[in-house]
Parts: sequence; C-alpha cells; structure tokens
Amino acid sequence: MPGHHIIVGGGLAGLTAAMKLAEQGEQVDLFSIVPVKRSHSVCAQGGINGAVNTKGEGDSPMIHFDDTIYGGDFLAHQPPVKAMCDAAPAIIYLFDRMGVMFNRTPEGLLDFRRFGGTKHHRTAFAGATTGQQLLYALDEQVRRYEASGLLRKFEGWEMLSLVQDESGDCRGIVAIDTRSLEMRAFPADTTLIATGGPGLVYGRSTQSLVNTGSAASACYQAGATYANGEFIQVHPTAMQGEDKFRLISESIRGEGGRVWTYRDGKPWYFLEEMYPAYGNLVPRDIATRAIHKVVFEMKLGIDGNPLVYLDVSHLDPEELNRKVAGVLEIYEKFAGQDPRKVPMKIFPAMHYSMGGLWVDYHQQTNIPGLFAAGECEFQYHGANRLGANSLLSCIHGGNIAEPAMIGYAKSHKSAASSTIFDQELSLQRESFDKIFKMNGPENAFALWRELGDIMTENVTVVRHNDKLKTTDDKLLEFKERWGRIGLNDKGKWANQEVLFVRQLWNMLELARPITLGALNRNESRGAHYKPEFPERDDEKFMKTTMAAWSSDGPRFSWEPVDVSLIKPRPRRYDVEKSASEPKAA
Amino acid sequence: MPEQTQVLRIKRQESPNSEPYYEEFEIPYLAHHNIISMLMEIRRNPVTRQGKRVAPVVFDANCLEEVCGSCTMVINGRVRQGCSQLADSLNGPVTIEPMSKFPVIRDLWVDRSKMFDYLKKAHAWIPIDGTYDLGPGPRIAPSVQEFAYLFSRCMTCGCCLEACPQVNSHSKFMGAAVIGQVYLMSQHPTGKMNLDERLDAMMSEGGVADCGNAQNCVEVCPKEIPLTTAIGAVGRQTSIKWLRDLFMK
Repeated sequence: MPGHHIIVGGGLAGLTAAMKLAEQGEQVDLFSIVPVKRSHSVCAQGGINGAVNTKGEGDSPMIHFDDTIYGGDFLAHQPPVKAMCDAAPAIIYLFDRMGVMFNRTPEGLLDFRRFGGTKHHRTAFAGATTGQQLLYALDEQVRRYEASGLLRKFEGWEMLSLVQDESGDCRGIVAIDTRSLEMRAFPADTTLIATGGPGLVYGRSTQSLVNTGSAASACYQAGATYANGEFIQVHPTAMQGEDKFRLISESIRGEGGRVWTYRDGKPWYFLEEMYPAYGNLVPRDIATRAIHKVVFEMKLGIDGNPLVYLDVSHLDPEELNRKVAGVLEIYEKFAGQDPRKVPMKIFPAMHYSMGGLWVDYHQQTNIPGLFAAGECEFQYHGANRLGANSLLSCIHGGNIAEPAMIGYAKSHKSAASSTIFDQELSLQRESFDKIFKMNGPENAFALWRELGDIMTENVTVVRHNDKLKTTDDKLLEFKERWGRIGLNDKGKWANQEVLFVRQLWNMLELARPITLGALNRNESRGAHYKPEFPERDDEKFMKTTMAAWSSDGPRFSWEPVDVSLIKPRPRRYDVEKSASEPKAA
Repeated sequence: MPEQTQVLRIKRQESPNSEPYYEEFEIPYLAHHNIISMLMEIRRNPVTRQGKRVAPVVFDANCLEEVCGSCTMVINGRVRQGCSQLADSLNGPVTIEPMSKFPVIRDLWVDRSKMFDYLKKAHAWIPIDGTYDLGPGPRIAPSVQEFAYLFSRCMTCGCCLEACPQVNSHSKFMGAAVIGQVYLMSQHPTGKMNLDERLDAMMSEGGVADCGNAQNCVEVCPKEIPLTTAIGAVGRQTSIKWLRDLFMK
C-alpha cells in the first residue's frame, strides 16, 4: 500500500520531494499558493555548488564541506552538511539529464564559476537564471507525474494549520482556496513543509511576495521548534526599490565585478583593500558589514546616500552577456541604466534565513509526521550561507525527506479519527469569521510596513541589545494593534486582504524568536554581529537556539552543535584559508 | 508647488461572471515606483480619486523581478509585467487592465491554468529513466546551449497569447509559448528521442498549423524569445512527420 503525503510549497525543495515520492509510486498532494512554476526559487540567479572538479583545481566534496562549515562559522551540525556536499555532484548531473541548459565549456562539459567564500570554480550555472532553470526542470518532471495521475496539485491553495491527533502527531493540514475561500481538511500519513523563507517579516527584502513565513509560523505555533531564527543573511548587493529590494547576484563579483566608493575624490576598492586574500569574493556577511561600515561609520556612501558602486563596466560586454545577462537586464530594467557602461548603485538587503524549523538528520521536525525542507528549515548553513549553496540545500533536503517520509508512513498506519479534522476546520473557520468582522482604524498593509521597517533597522546587519529589546516591545505593540485592524474588503471571493491579515499575525509571531534569539546570543558569529560582543564565543554559544512557542512568548533552550568532523577554528578572510587552519579531518 | 501625483485608471471586476467597471486612484508620485508598488500604495489607502473607500485592487504578483511571470497585465493597451513598468517612463494617467484572453478571477488576477494544461498535452519534459544517479548528462556544444537557453527562459506569463489574434473565443489555438517549449525539448539530446510524441500534440487541434503568422508574439515577449523561429521550425518538423506518417501507413 503506498503512503499518502502532503507537500506544502512548490519550490525546489517541495518539487524535488514530490518527484521522488511519485517516482516511488506514493500518493502526493502538492499545495502551493502560486502555480508552482512561479515559486520564489526562480529568483536564484547565480548557480548551484558541487565539487565536480573539472577545472584541474583539485576540488573535492571534502573541501566544499570545509568551505561551507567555515563559511557558516561552525554553527551547523556537520554530518548532514557533509552528506549534502558529497551528494552535490550527482544532483547537478541529474538536473543536467533533466534538461537544464547549464553553461558549457568548449568541450561540451558543464562549466563552473567561482562564488563567494571559496577559492574553487564550483558553481554550475545556467546563464544568470539558474534557480529558474532548475525549478522549470522539476516543474516538468512533476507535470509528467501529474499527467499520469500519480500526483495531485492544489495550486492557488494556502495552508492554514496542521491537524494533530491526541498525542500531537501531524495527521494532515487545513488549507484554503485563495479564490473561493473554501476551507478543507486534508488527511495524510506525512506532511512536508517546503514553504521557503520569511522575507516579508522584513517588509521589503530580496524575497518574493509569497515568502511570508506564515506556514512555518503556523507550525511553530503548533509546537514545532524554530531554530537559529536570529541568523538572517543580508545580501551585500541589492537595488533599493519601493516594492522590494532586487538582488544583484554574487555571480557579478564572481565574474570580476568590483565594489567601490569615492574616497578623497578617487575610487576606493575597499573590499580588495580590507580582504586581500578573497577581495570582492568575501562571504556575504563580511561584504555586507564592510559596506555598512563605509556608509555609516565613514560616511562615504555615494552622494551621502546609503549606496555604493558595484562595477562591471571594465569587463568585456560580450562575455558578460553570455554569463550574467539576466542579472544585468534586471538592473537595466529597474534602474533604467546600462550597467555595462555605468556602475550599478547597490546596498545590502535582507536575503535569506539560515534559521527555520528544527529538523533531525532525516528532515523530520519535533512533531512526528511533520517534515521540513528548503529555506524554511535550519539545518545546512549554520550562521551564514555561502552563495550557491541554497539551491543545493533545497534539492538535497527534498531528496533526504523522501525515504524518511515513506518510512514514517509505513510504520505509522493507524487511522486518525475524523473528529480531529472537523475540530481543526471549525477552529480555522472561526478565526476567519473574526477577521471578517474586524472594523478598527488600522490598515493591515500599513502595519506590515512598520513591522518591516523596524525589523530591517534593528535585526539585520548590526545588532544592539537595547534596540533588540525595543524591537520586541514594538512587536507586542503591533500584536495589539493587529486587533484594531479594519478590513476594507469584506468580499467572500478572492479576498487577498483577509488572507494577508492572517499572514501578518503569523509574521508577528515569527518575528519574536528572530528578535529574541538575537537578543539572547551575546556574541558575534556569521551573519549575527553585535558590537558589544564582537568575538565568537564557542564556549557559551556554539549552540543551536531552539525556540518553542508559548502564549507568553517564545521559550528558549540550546542544543550543542555536532562538530565531530571539523575542529572549530577562527574564521578569517583577510588571509588564505590554508594559511590559517588545519585541513579537514 | 502642488505635490506630483500619478493617476491610475483600473479595470475592476468582482468575480468571473460580474460586470467589469473602471475606478480611478491618485497616488503620490515617487521616482522609483512601478505598477506593483503603486498597487501596493493603494492597498495602504484604498480610496478612489472621488474619495470613496473601496476594496483594495486584487492583483497577481510574486517575484517582482520579471522572472516568475505572475504580474502580467495590460498597461496602456500593451501586455507586459507590471513590476518592470517604471512610473518614470509613464506620461499622464495610466490604464491598467487584466489580460483579456484568460478568465478573470478578480480585478487584475486571471486564470492561466490552460497554459499549463497545454504543456501537459505537449509532453514538454525530458523523459529521464529515473532520478537515481546515472552519472553525467549528454555533452552539449556551447552554441547549442546558448541557443536553447533563449527558449528555456519562458515563464508562461501569457503575453504571447494575449497579443495573438488567433487566440480567441472561436479558436483552440494553444499559442506560441507551448510551441517554444516543444522546440526547446527538441534541442536536448535526450528530448529529441521522443520528439514524435510532442509533434503529435502540435499536429492536433489548436496546434502549430493554427498560427496565422501575425508575429505579435515575438514583439511582446518580455524575454525576447525568438518564438517565430520556433513556430517555423516546429511547423517544418510537423510537415515532415505528416509525410513520413503518410508513407509509413
């Protein structure tokens, strides 16, 4: 008897798991707010890492593993990261077989580019739209299974909550059709959350509008542990916009782009000066803090604004068009200037959450039957993610989840009583009825802007304990004000406002473990930087932050990090890695 | 000096079967605004130019980088993504309408599921043996990759269908997007092996023969995909297959 599985989210992680489960003859129900082909994975530009070693550089999965652990400042459990790096070359080959048009060498082999935090050409890429290309390949394979009836898609549906039995095990979900607003309970043996990051908690970020973190927040509120929430990656190079901050990929620096600003009337290539060993290809947290320092401490932003230059105007335009046309087009379209001729103006923006739902090495959360993969879980990137490791971790997470979900379904066959589904459904109906009656003076979208602004100001690049405390007080105030929202749209068809009001509550709930996690962590590690505590403190804080929801706010505990494979050492990018450290064991 | 503003005239429709109507909004002008950020501004203060408080405009949008295809709409009569239409390049009031070749769900949000059904019908995938590790894929010349990459960026946004005179309520024509994908699959060494399956779909009702050669598709494609090249090539492939099928019978 095949198992029956629910997958929430149709990006790389969700589609990978869907494809693998369907291939094994399992029944899959796939839920996605947007048609899966429009998932946020399309935004990943630069590439996917795998130590295929076709450049005669002596690269290996072991070096990839060491770069990832070192880049993540020794906060990731090491065994699953090693497994991911070992699996990476085969993952790239599989996508090549599925028809991804990766760039090629003259011999017709896969080409690889260099990315931040490594000295090796390890990143396979398809122009500058690698995420889009990988997602489309999966979309096609999943459509093949859908056409043969092995898989059902629920596109335009949003997950609202988990259905749990008396012992707390996950037995399915309640979801809503975003058009008809019909709510239904869906039973399943296992449920996989693959809903991506929480970018919208920060208002404007490089993430897509579906990335509210709402589904992960619903799981957290249902008892799933949220781990390392405070580790938020701020990407150094993004365009500032009214609606979002658009990413200018790290591949631009990988292909020779230089970051600079004017000092004493002359261009100053500050990354190259500060970090001679890695130059413009230092990891993201390092580049972000350097830009922050140059702009805010040294007051050297362009024309006094929080902006610096990212420059490719010295590079061959034809080579650029072949390798990064997609990125340059985005800048050209949204800034109205040709970056091949004029340096781009950029500033750091919230980009990625290293933290997320806690999972074990088989992608299972602490709620039995509930799994998570992709950016919504915490496992692979420690305190800072290296560029081009996210696509890899999404696909790898989906791969690991598949046999674990099948195994769970086989060993847990007792039927759930139908009353738990009816109960959860009425709970969700009541909560929507309440939102429909909201008649106060607050506007949900304006309140969201305020949330985003304060989170961006205080819980990103530089963190101060007093400001983190003020932010948490603000979050409590926002929760009160949420109750005074007035609904402008009382319609019962395709009402996006009513759905957003609920998402906003979930964002507020999720903002607390992020903010308080940062408050609790009195050290600096990876993306988390506190001037009051500028050093990494392995003795006290080489631990995973574990947040459990309670009605009085998150309750924290800490789990030791498994560093059994590579001994922790200081992380430096001003000198060569081999000069500063012992090799991986 | 009075504050600069931007006037938006938006076609609205409460549900698939209700009557459409237009509403005007006036919002403060900002240099970096685009259509989506202006619709977001309306959400924060959904009041018409006449001072009437209304339901915020419903719209489909996701990545805001013109790579997901969601926010396709008709702006001043031309179909495109709203996110990449900058306010700076607009002169005077702007009219925003939903695409007309797809059923409206509400306001600017339309149902494009038929495009995904066409991909299913056309078997637009590479039929791999399995996802287990079978080593590297086939070698591909850089020139082939570069050409195929052009077609692989199709985001199923629907611009080409909206602009096509042959896509209408009297015809079953599937439009250029799916033909581009059929052509893409035939560029891949493995995809070539089951080309016939896809050509069968292209020779059935609504297939490549229904193209009227208006060439609007290639004009409006936001990714500048050479769709007419694909239509020409797939058309030739189907003719050859038709002849072959005739003699093989």
